[in-house]
Amino acid sequence: MESIMDIEGATLADNISMTLEQQAMASDQEAIKKKTIVSREDRRTVGEIYTEDPRMTCRNVNVHYGDNHAIIDANIDIGRNEVLAMIGPSGCGKSTFLRCLNRMNDTVEGCRVTGEITLDGQDIHGKNIDVVPLRAQIGMVFQKPNPFPKSIFDNVAYGPKIHGLASNKSDLEEIVETSLQKAGLWEEVKDRLNLPGTGLSGGQQQRLCIARAIAVSPEVILMDEPCSALDPIATARIEELIAELRKQYSIVIVTHSMQQAARVSGRTAYFHLGDLIEVGETERVFTNPRHQLTEDYITGRFG
Amino acid sequence: MSTTFIISLLLGLSIAGYFFGYRRSITLASPIGGVKNLHSRPAYYGMLVALWCGLPTFIIFLVWQSLEPSIISSLMIADLPLDYQNLPKNQLGLIINDIKNLATGNIVAGEKNAIMHAAANHYVQLQILSKWIKGGALLVLGLITLIIVCRRITPEQRARNHVEKIIRIVLFCCSTIAILTTLGIILSVLFESIRFFKAVPITDFLFGLKWSPQTAIRADQVGSSGAFGAVPVFIGTMMISAIALFIAVPIGLMSAIYLSEYAGKKFRTIAKPLLEILAGIPTVVYGFFAALSVAPFIRQTGGLLGLDVSSESALAAGLVMGIMIIPFVSSLSDDVINAVPQSLRDGSYALGATRSETIRNVVVPAALPGIIGGILLAASRAIGETMIVVMAAGLSARLTANPLETVTTITVQIVTLLVGDQEFDSPKTLAAFALGLLLFVATLILNVIALVVVRKYREQYE
Repeated sequence: MESIMDIEGATLADNISMTLEQQAMASDQEAIKKKTIVSREDRRTVGEIYTEDPRMTCRNVNVHYGDNHAIIDANIDIGRNEVLAMIGPSGCGKSTFLRCLNRMNDTVEGCRVTGEITLDGQDIHGKNIDVVPLRAQIGMVFQKPNPFPKSIFDNVAYGPKIHGLASNKSDLEEIVETSLQKAGLWEEVKDRLNLPGTGLSGGQQQRLCIARAIAVSPEVILMDEPCSALDPIATARIEELIAELRKQYSIVIVTHSMQQAARVSGRTAYFHLGDLIEVGETERVFTNPRHQLTEDYITGRFG
Repeated sequence: MSTTFIISLLLGLSIAGYFFGYRRSITLASPIGGVKNLHSRPAYYGMLVALWCGLPTFIIFLVWQSLEPSIISSLMIADLPLDYQNLPKNQLGLIINDIKNLATGNIVAGEKNAIMHAAANHYVQLQILSKWIKGGALLVLGLITLIIVCRRITPEQRARNHVEKIIRIVLFCCSTIAILTTLGIILSVLFESIRFFKAVPITDFLFGLKWSPQTAIRADQVGSSGAFGAVPVFIGTMMISAIALFIAVPIGLMSAIYLSEYAGKKFRTIAKPLLEILAGIPTVVYGFFAALSVAPFIRQTGGLLGLDVSSESALAAGLVMGIMIIPFVSSLSDDVINAVPQSLRDGSYALGATRSETIRNVVVPAALPGIIGGILLAASRAIGETMIVVMAAGLSARLTANPLETVTTITVQIVTLLVGDQEFDSPKTLAAFALGLLLFVATLILNVIALVVVRKYREQYE
């Protein structure tokens, strides 16, 4: 694996042979950026990995799929009430890393996760940790809306029911209503709670999935490219919703759209071929990246 | 000119037509800049000629073939002397049969005479003539259509659309054959049943509690009290099927869930084919397994518990039948459970549901239509099963709810009614048709119920 990484890095460097003019421009820009740029070959994470008041911490996380080393020594903190965006080219491991955070990789055959991931100071791989309440604490929204083939009400009530959060029917109804309200879907569906969730539009389905995740009152919400299957209007609604939800939850969002990352997140992490390259304040990362690979990506040189 | 020869001749003509059409379209295409300037690919022109050459001749061949015997017979009768023609219908039928036997060289029942010999010769001549005319006419027709269609090929001709249309019509005809056959079976069963209900009132049949299908030849015969009450037989069928489903549904469904959700790849690849072998065992083998192993075992166990178990019991037949239909439930359920998208499971796991909660609340409801389909298939197998019941459950039609007693089923009774020499107008024989109709209606109702259940509870994904 290591050797493959070297080859990849070298070819990348070779391929980007710039004209003299471009080189001159680039060196001008670098001069403006106080010459702190890290070269492409150095794969150590640069930027602000740690936060003052972390909700989740990840230390030396490595993920293997069989022989494939998918995540290499990732270290990062996820702060309270912050939105962390994870960006990077396809196959860089950002979704894999996201799925480590609520141990969804447990269900994938041949996947091995090592390193320490904590939630509120507790190791989520610890022996006394049960994955069931853990996943209730860390909700997840998927790339493609995946409402259950049940009614809208039952979709939201599913989590509270299996965790026994509601003692009676009116409790359950209240949970469903507040969850749908938080997800900004209540006004649209309050008259048709008994209709199937699969009959909603794509954007509504995704908000239903968010409501479903909220219903079990998680602390962290993981979103795996939640808008990639949606149109711009539905995307805008989800983004507004993320801004609203930030007040209560920590949110980690994987996205391919750098504009989206810039719009919704406070911090941004850039992954490249399994390495966590750079972490920092979103504005800083996008205007003044410190790693050459980050700059290559956000300026559209590849990815 | 034999039938196979005519068929292969027509087939050869079609194939030749294909090549002529193909070649002609290419010849036509060369002056206008090649095949790409034709409306359709050359193969479609070939197909067009082949279909036009083959289909009409084939249809005429079929019609001719079905009308030929009756036409030849009537021609022959018209040639018989008048006093023969004026005989009563059934006597004339006998003589015609004799003549036909004479013509084919079979044994003749009545006495032979010169008139009959002459008629037989005439009959043979007519047959030979018909064959030659048929072969010649079809060949000429095929050639004519071949030439006409070939000549009409132009580069602008929409051969592709034409061929697609013909294929669509052919496919439609094929699909109607299955429907018409079913309809035909239903109607024939229905008409025979109506004949039966003329002899035995329908209410006696549907609500009678005694099944003893004997009819008296003389009024003073011993044991001539025929009773055609279908209730005991029907109850027997239902009881044995219920026992079988009681065994097969839980075992089949749970093994399907284990195989698709829990089992490793290796176990699955070995276990699934093994389970499906169960469906391939002949029912006779199940039958003697039930009669020789299971039934005595149940009797002994029952004896130990102080129960009175007869040596042939509904329980033994039902148990073995249940084992037999496990693969219908498990294999089909396994397939539909595998078809449930992984994203639904992920969604459930991400909410903190355990594996069994996910299966119960998400996977099985989503797969329900397919599971019900599998159960229905198993149920219809159980209801229609005969051999196991004959061997392990007995023949006596007893009205009982006790699975430890011997019972009988509709299918078994149909078999016993129709085995051996029968006269086809006695109520005893006709009762088989009425039982068949009852079976058909019962399975139809079962299907409708299942359909309604599925429609009400289905959870459709995508």
